[in-house]
Amino acid sequence: MKILVGIKRVIDYNVRVQVNREGTGVVKDGVKMSINPFDEIALEEALRMKERGAATEVVVVSIGPEAAQQQLRTALAMGADRALLLTSDEEIQPLTAARALLAVVKEEDPGLVLLGKQAIDDDANQVGQMLAALWDRPQATFVSALEFDDGSAKATREVDAGLETIEVDLPAVITVDLRLNEPRFVKMPDIMKAKRKPLDIRPFAELGVELPPQLETGRYEPPPRRQGGVKVDSVEALVAALKDKGLLS
Amino acid sequence: MSTVLLIADHDGKNLNTGIARSVACARQLGTVHVAVFHAPDEDAACAAAAKLDGVSRVLSISDPANEGPLAAVLAPQVAALAREHEGGYDYVLAPSTTFGKDLLPRVAALLGVPQVSDLMEIIDARTFKRPIYAGNVITTVKVPEGIPVLATVRIASFSAVDAGGDAPIVSASTSAELPTHTRYIGLSAAGGGDRPDLQSATRVVAGGRGVGSKENFEIIYRLADKLGAAVGASRAAVDAGYVPNDMQVGQTGKIIAPDLYIAVGISGAIQHMTGIKDVGCIVAINKDGDAPIFEAADFGLVGDLFQLLPALEKALDGS
Ligand SMILES: Cc1cc2nc3c(=O)[nH]c(=O)nc-3n(C[C@H](O)[C@H](O)[C@H](O)COP(=O)(O)OP(=O)(O)OC[C@H]3O[C@@H](n4cnc5c(N)ncnc54)[C@H](O)[C@@H]3O)c2cc1C
Repeated sequence: MKILVGIKRVIDYNVRVQVNREGTGVVKDGVKMSINPFDEIALEEALRMKERGAATEVVVVSIGPEAAQQQLRTALAMGADRALLLTSDEEIQPLTAARALLAVVKEEDPGLVLLGKQAIDDDANQVGQMLAALWDRPQATFVSALEFDDGSAKATREVDAGLETIEVDLPAVITVDLRLNEPRFVKMPDIMKAKRKPLDIRPFAELGVELPPQLETGRYEPPPRRQGGVKVDSVEALVAALKDKGLLS
Repeated sequence: MSTVLLIADHDGKNLNTGIARSVACARQLGTVHVAVFHAPDEDAACAAAAKLDGVSRVLSISDPANEGPLAAVLAPQVAALAREHEGGYDYVLAPSTTFGKDLLPRVAALLGVPQVSDLMEIIDARTFKRPIYAGNVITTVKVPEGIPVLATVRIASFSAVDAGGDAPIVSASTSAELPTHTRYIGLSAAGGGDRPDLQSATRVVAGGRGVGSKENFEIIYRLADKLGAAVGASRAAVDAGYVPNDMQVGQTGKIIAPDLYIAVGISGAIQHMTGIKDVGCIVAINKDGDAPIFEAADFGLVGDLFQLLPALEKALDGS
C-alpha cells in the first residue's frame, strides 16, 4: 500500500508570532520555519507502517513556496521515499489545498492519506475532511491510535467526550492528533542520503485545479492583552483576593 | 430575513452545552433552525433544542444510520438540507466542538464553499473575526457574496441563551444517499467522573506536569471538589498519562471560559494559554516565579504545589 502524507511549512511552534506593522500579516522574516507538528506525526506513522511491512511506499506532498523544499528534504531524511512540491506564493486556503491534494491522489492512487489534524498557522482544521468529501472516501479525524485489518482500519479518535472508535474502509483520509506517536529525530547521514531522493517540483497552477470561492482576509491584529502579573504572597492573601472579586463566598 | 441552520451536537440524550452558546451567535445572523440528527429512539435532544431561546424551529432527522455521529454519514444530509430548504439556507453553523470540526468541513467541500473556523465575533453579515496562530493573532475574514456562510462557532466567545423557548419540532428527511464505508464502534468516556463539565463549569482547577503522577492528581481533584469545580489539564499531564485526553485545555484541546481558572504546576506554554484566553480570573500556582503563566495570571502564588494546595484547602475550610 502506498501512503500519501501532507506536509505544510509553518512558523515553528516555539516562535511567539507577531503581527506586522501594517496589520496585513505576520512577521516571517528571519523566523524559524518547520514542518507542521501534526504533519510530522502523520509522517512518522506512515514510516512506522512501512517499517513493519504494512506499507510499500511513503510519498510526501507539500503546497507552498519554493522554500518548502527544506521541509520536504527533512521529511525525506526522516525516511519518506519521494516528495512532491506544488509551488505557490499565494495563500492556499483549505478547500483549494483539498482540491489540489485530490488531483495528486488521482495521480498517485494511494491506499491511505495521512494528514495532521490541523495546521498550527491558520488553525483551520479542514483539509483532511474536505479531501475525504471530494474523494468520496471515509475520514477519521483526531486519531490517536490506528489498527489495520484487511482493507479497513480501526481508528481511535480523541473527541470532547473521551475516546471514540470508528472503522473505515480503505482508502481513507486519516488526520492525526498529538498522542499517536513521537516523531523520530533526523540523523546526519540520513540528511546526506535524502539529498539524492527524488523531489519533484511543479507549479501549483499547472495542476489545473479549479479555484473555489475564497475567504477574503482582512486585518490581522494581536488579541487584547491580559493584564496579569499580580503576585500574592500567601494562601490567605489569595483567598482574600478571590473573595474580594466575588469569586469565593 | 436570513435563515440559519445550526447542527446540534448531542450524545443521544443531552445537547452539548456548546449548542446554547452557538444559538447566541446564530440568532444574531437570522432565523435559527436547529437540525438534530439522531437514531429513531433518541429524540430527547430535539426537546432540549426546542427550549432554547431564539430557536424558531427544530428539524428532527431520524434514521438508524444517524446513531453515532459519523461525519461521512451526516455531511451529505446536512448538504442536502442546506440546498433544499426554500432557496437554501444562508448560514450553516456547528459548534467548534470535535463533532462540529469533524463534520462541517466535509459539508463545506460538498457545497464547494470555504469555511470560517472558530468564528469568535460577528462584524457584519459576512465578516467575522477568528483566531489563528494559537490565538496569538486575530484575523478578519469575509465570505464572498452569493454563497452560503459555513462556520464553526468558537463557543467560549458567546454566552449561552436561556432555556425558556418553545419551538415547534418538525420531522425532516433528505434525499441524500448515505455511505456504508464508515462505521461507528463506540465511545469510551473517561473524564472527571461526576464532576461538572469542563466546558460549562464556572470554576476549573487544572493540573500540569508539575503534579508529577496520576496518584498525585488526587490533590487536584480534592481542591476541585471543594470548589465545585471541573478538572482540566495541560497536554504534558495528558501525555504523561496522569489524566485522560478529554481533560486537555488549549489550542488543540478544549477552549474554556470559566469565571475562575486555577492552574497548578502548569508553565503557561502558548498552546495552553490559547485555551484560557476568555477566563474571568486566572490563578497560577507554580514553584518557578519566572514561569510564563504569571504574565497572564490575575493572581500568582509562587511555591510548591504540594504545600500550597493543602494550605489552600484548609483556608477554604476556615472561610
Ligand atoms: C502542536 C502542539 C499543540 C499543543 N497543544 C497543547 C494544548 O492544547 N494544551 C496544552 O496544555 N499544551 C499543548 N501543547 C504542549 C505545550 O507546548 C506544552 O508542552 C505544555 O502545555 C506544557 O505542559 P505543562 O505546563 O504541564 O508542563 P511544563 O511546561 O513541563 O511545566 C510544568 C510546570 O510545573 C512547575 N512545577 C513543577 N513541580 C512543581 C511543584 N512541586 N510545585 C509547583 N509547580 C511545579 C514547573 O515550574 C513548570 O512551570 C501543544 C504542543 C504542540 C507542539
